[in-house]
Amino acid sequence: MALRLRSSLSKSNFLNILLRHNNLGFGTASHTTRVSQNPISRFCNTMAEKLSSVGEHEDANAQVMDFPGGKVAFTPEIKFISESSKERVPCYRVLDDNGKLITNSHFVQVSEEVAVKMYSDMVTLQIMDNIFYEAQRQGRLSFYATTIGEEAINIASAAALSPQDVIFPQYREPGVLLWRGFTLQEFANQCFGNKSDNGKGRQMPVHYGSNKLNYFTVSATIATQLPNAVGAAYSLKMDKKDACAVTYFGDGGSSEGDFHAALNFAAVMEAPVLFICRNNGWAISTPTSDQFRSDGLVVKGRAYGIRSIRVDGNDALAMYSAVHTAREMAISEERPILIEALTYRVGHHSTSDDSTRYRSADEIEWWNKARNPLSRFRTWIESNGWWSDEEESDLRSRIKKEMLEALRVAEKTEKPNLENMFSDVYDVPPLNLREQERQVRQTIKSHPQDYPSDVPL
Amino acid sequence: MAALLGRSCRKLGFLSSGHGARRSVSTETGKSLNLYSAINQALHIALDSDPRSYVFGEDVGFGGVFRCTTGLAERFGKNRVFNTPLCEQGIVGFGIGLAAMGNRAIVEIQFADYIYPAFDQIVNEAAKFRYRSGNQFNCGGLTIRAPYGAVGHGGHYHSQSPEAFFCHVPGIKVVIPRSPREAKGLLLSCIRDPNPVVFFEPKWLYRQAVEEVPEHDYMIPLSEAEVIREGNDITLVGWGAQLTIMEQACLEAEKEGISCELIDLKTLLPWDKETVEASVKKTGRLLISHEAPITGGFGAEISATILERCFLKLEAPVTRVCGLDTPFPLVFEPFYMPTKNKILDAIKTTVNY
Repeated sequence: MALRLRSSLSKSNFLNILLRHNNLGFGTASHTTRVSQNPISRFCNTMAEKLSSVGEHEDANAQVMDFPGGKVAFTPEIKFISESSKERVPCYRVLDDNGKLITNSHFVQVSEEVAVKMYSDMVTLQIMDNIFYEAQRQGRLSFYATTIGEEAINIASAAALSPQDVIFPQYREPGVLLWRGFTLQEFANQCFGNKSDNGKGRQMPVHYGSNKLNYFTVSATIATQLPNAVGAAYSLKMDKKDACAVTYFGDGGSSEGDFHAALNFAAVMEAPVLFICRNNGWAISTPTSDQFRSDGLVVKGRAYGIRSIRVDGNDALAMYSAVHTAREMAISEERPILIEALTYRVGHHSTSDDSTRYRSADEIEWWNKARNPLSRFRTWIESNGWWSDEEESDLRSRIKKEMLEALRVAEKTEKPNLENMFSDVYDVPPLNLREQERQVRQTIKSHPQDYPSDVPL
Repeated sequence: MAALLGRSCRKLGFLSSGHGARRSVSTETGKSLNLYSAINQALHIALDSDPRSYVFGEDVGFGGVFRCTTGLAERFGKNRVFNTPLCEQGIVGFGIGLAAMGNRAIVEIQFADYIYPAFDQIVNEAAKFRYRSGNQFNCGGLTIRAPYGAVGHGGHYHSQSPEAFFCHVPGIKVVIPRSPREAKGLLLSCIRDPNPVVFFEPKWLYRQAVEEVPEHDYMIPLSEAEVIREGNDITLVGWGAQLTIMEQACLEAEKEGISCELIDLKTLLPWDKETVEASVKKTGRLLISHEAPITGGFGAEISATILERCFLKLEAPVTRVCGLDTPFPLVFEPFYMPTKNKILDAIKTTVNY
């Protein structure tokens, strides 16, 4: 069942494809699914009708009955649907492990300009991560979480979206912000919580947000962003925008109740939302074998009536193609799409974690070398004559310099004024907060030594 | 029996805010409406006045289990007024997303007893949405409505008063109306307030309370308590359905020469300390009453605050007449409830301290 990605996909193509797929298991034409008929509108129930036989033969297999939700055929056999397919859902990839284009692969064409920006941004993200990580180790930053190993997911997905698509991140997707134009200085400002931080110093490092770039502020709670994205998608649909909502989460996040809530709502509300799962094998120290017993995430889509795809998250070209295609479907067909991007979390969960305590250093090293998303994509762009060693070293030294400068400036910039502790709890500070601010300021006068000197009063 | 009698008193001429009324709307005439009709009117007005507003939740399409959403789907369409799957965390999470895009999301939780799956979304997302983003984003358009409180036969899961949990969350507002006229004006204020609000509706009053409700669009301000009965000997503070019980206690106390001042808090978070403080400085005594269990109930917050502010003016300890520290019982409901006589006894004890 090859999906021709280069053609523009219309509703009828997919209904046909689904029809063919659904009819594989059933012999009679009497079996119908909701999709192959005119899709039952949300607000109608089928009226139960008398048991009828369809077709010439009166055997039990040909009989169907109405239940709320549609017709179902009967079977006289006790047959359970297997807990898993014999084979795992295959994974869409376009570049092999060495970055060579796989013959006869379908992908969405990427221009030189876009491809070079994609690669450059992946390099930038990698360098930014390494420098911030080191800064935390040196005590200059309180905390950091890297995206190492998942650069392709971040950058390629962002590249396939439009700037009007609204993003609801988990916390390992700074590359999406980077793609859209968030500067290294802005990243550093948030990490240092200085007065130039959009978030006004209220949250831990890596909790970025930018309304200008349509990237909702990170919250550390897992998967809470998923149902929010569905509501936002519904808004875009109602306002008839040519845009979708996109939300990211990890393999761990898929176990949360909000995942179930969000996917079910998205399907029922027919919301144009992309659910992108970064299945990187680990939720802190918990491997996926302790997280779920399904064939990953991709099979869960069907449970909600959501179209899904599994893609090699370390193949930037495949990621780009999958997201690009999914986005078109989501918007034109007003439906959610689930994308499971298989990848590996090369870095530790965060600077508060030493992952060698629960996994082998060999495993980490293997993924970093043999399945590196940057080197695969670099091979491909070089094969097109779009990149060279010289450009590589120029880029790396330039970014490193910019990054260190951004760090230096962010560290020196003063913190936000104390009044920012009390503003924005509500649109206008209520009386109790005004009173508390007064009290705190009194206390500071009496005991200045208790308070950090870098927070201006 | 006693409970039934006590309850039936609510039908008689509802709480008038005639005494020292500060709101002009309270003296306006209107149509005689019960609570669910007044709320329904507010929702019609809200949806009519803002095309980017939505009402959704379980069973709201046909009018809702308490009829508060009657006629909305027919009038505004099923894309704006719709049923959701049975999932409170999804309902509120979805509502937050809608509100974050600048819409008004008026969400219904079928019973306040079922609001807890949404607690994470309310506390960790809605309440912090503006603050954590440095005011780049907000979900101020979110209003969560939920019926709360005793109904005579509701037991553990149809009678709860969970307001105290929410009053502990900076970033949201908590509002509880006492009557149909108040409910319409307060609900419209909540919907239009640029902060996420939880609006608890006293379900007992949906049919039982009938009042003249002006038919036009009007709003009653949030965070402004109202002195609905003036007095000199003791201040009583309450909210929602409990005020009717408290008013009966005030009437009986008056027969015994005790002059009671009764305050409707209306907004519990952020609450109007100034009005209560001014009253207690006058009377020297405070009694708080709520259906929710006494330990950790919102009465404790009011008591502690007033003690801090009015200590030297107090003639007696602050007293609380509240639900007991048990799950809300069925057969034992009459024993659990803060009844008129429990309140009256407490008034007399306090006055005679």
